Amino acid sequence: MLESIEITKKFVGKTAVDNISMKLESGHIYALLGPNGSGKTTWMKMVTGLIKPTSGYIMYNGAPIGIPSRREIAYMATEPYFYDWMTIADVGKYYQDFFEDFSMEKYHTLLGRMELDTKMKTKNLSSGMMAKLKVAVTMARNAKVFLLDEPLNGIDLIARDEVMQAAIENAAPDNMLIISSHLVEELESVVDSAIFIKDAKLAGIYNIEELRQNEGVSLADKYREVFGHAVGGEN
Amino acid sequence: MLYDSKTPIYLQVVNAIKADIVNGKIQCGEKLPSGRELAIKYTINPNTSARVYQELENQGACFTRRGMGTYATEDPMMIEKFKKEMAETALEEFLRSIKELGINKEEAIDMIKEHQGDW
Repeated sequence: MLESIEITKKFVGKTAVDNISMKLESGHIYALLGPNGSGKTTWMKMVTGLIKPTSGYIMYNGAPIGIPSRREIAYMATEPYFYDWMTIADVGKYYQDFFEDFSMEKYHTLLGRMELDTKMKTKNLSSGMMAKLKVAVTMARNAKVFLLDEPLNGIDLIARDEVMQAAIENAAPDNMLIISSHLVEELESVVDSAIFIKDAKLAGIYNIEELRQNEGVSLADKYREVFGHAVGGEN
Repeated sequence: MLYDSKTPIYLQVVNAIKADIVNGKIQCGEKLPSGRELAIKYTINPNTSARVYQELENQGACFTRRGMGTYATEDPMMIEKFKKEMAETALEEFLRSIKELGINKEEAIDMIKEHQGDW
């Protein structure tokens, strides 16, 4: 279980994350939704330990996050982070050196599914291919928590489907996926819960099927209600 | 598959699978995909696909062989029953929209007979 307890991050002149408390459980795929600048990335970086909170803390399976939790939490950042000279095969080796839970076999399966060739150089990849590579190398870890920051950004429909299929395929009762996006409709059928972040604060956690069953509204409807403007304006 | 925004997703998938059983795309007694395969096929959450099979089993549209997987019903009476139920639902929806246009039953029947589209 992953707990965010009254977590706050202040930068000079801006509160990026404001007192967010929530408990997330294994066996679920969560969408982390909110406009750009609402604090999604900062929250994710605090979960991975890349940013220290100003106050509050993150607990993973009952202990504060640290080196042991980092072994089980896989994070995919928005910005590309491979060296230009690397081939797709090199990226795999690089990850294998870093992470004990990295599975080369899983990596190759994911690459095959996404039609990526190991001999290709990362500097020559299209943005869709780069997005798929980032997801493949992250999901090739046998982690317990996967944090994917904007995996659908700037890529075409087919690549999006492939990314979502990789997410579904790797979801298991003993792991948890958290996918941030502002593409609400794309995530709607795949996630079971959605976390809304508005102006750095938690604006609600909704179970998708309960929303439909109890209120007769979709996640996109709820998003419009909470954020009060049209969805998918970006990209 | 495109999902409408009001109905729970699991029910929409349940109905799609029942329709395939009724129209013969899924054969009587055919082995159905695993929960994970179903999730990938319909781009749905794995928990949703588990719920799909639970619901199909409750309705008698499929059954589980322990350790073997899930199979479509082998009972032709059951399939006939689904066919009637689903046709009834489709008919009700049709009648509701046609009524809204102020068309009566006789006119509607004539219109169906005269309709040139695929049948």
